[in-house]
Amino acid sequence: MSWLFYGAGAVALLATARAVSCAHAVHALLYLITSLLALGLVMLSLGAPFAAALEVLVYAGAIMVLFVFVVMLIDVGPESARQERAWMAPRYWRGPALLAALLLGQLLVLLLWAPEPPAAAALPPLKQLGAVFYGPWLLAVELGSFLLLAGLVAAYHLGRRD
Amino acid sequence: MAVPLSHALALALALFAIGLLGLLLRRNLLFMLLSLEVMLNAAGLAFVAAGSHWGQVEGQLMFVLVLSLAAAEVAVGLALALLIWRRQHTLDVDSLRSLRAGEAEA
Repeated sequence: MSWLFYGAGAVALLATARAVSCAHAVHALLYLITSLLALGLVMLSLGAPFAAALEVLVYAGAIMVLFVFVVMLIDVGPESARQERAWMAPRYWRGPALLAALLLGQLLVLLLWAPEPPAAAALPPLKQLGAVFYGPWLLAVELGSFLLLAGLVAAYHLGRRD
Repeated sequence: MAVPLSHALALALALFAIGLLGLLLRRNLLFMLLSLEVMLNAAGLAFVAAGSHWGQVEGQLMFVLVLSLAAAEVAVGLALALLIWRRQHTLDVDSLRSLRAGEAEA
């Protein structure tokens, strides 16, 4: 499994560096989504499939969608349609697409030719994870839900039109 | 063959450093939020790596808590960024030095 860690880790480093140094927000977001997918593979290679699934679903799915929405709201203007057409040029998405194809290749190799299943034998099962979540750490989980509720209310209050 | 813990921590450290660099170098509020996400993500990766090294599920639990923290932070941060954009029509933190509305000095 260590080849998956090093391969996906290299992709994550490259994509994150490009995301931070990109001049345009949309291009940076494309690289950041690729980097989050790569980190999902890294977590899978570390034997944490639940964290990998959460990384893809919550980070690359939900949080990045928020970013994309805000970028699109901010970029509203008379020339946004012309810009939109210019962004379709392949040189903008060539880099992220190349890195994402690398990730897909690693995932396919893992699925088709892996000598052993990705879940290591010492991996604690998901059942145990749930028991720990809602057992000794119940208070922390509840505090996390308080935090999410506070974030929801604050975002609603700040985001409404006056 | 398992990945040594030091390599996983080195990857997390490198990602955190990239995020910190972006936070310090970029002057656009959107990119600063994005760099914060990268840093939180690196911290979560360190938790997952340590948890899987010691065979404890608490690492993934801490990752879930970091994830919810990141979600709440990005929701409030992006709402604030939208508010600032609506009032001042800029996201450049250097030109947002004055907190009073309508007094955007150069």
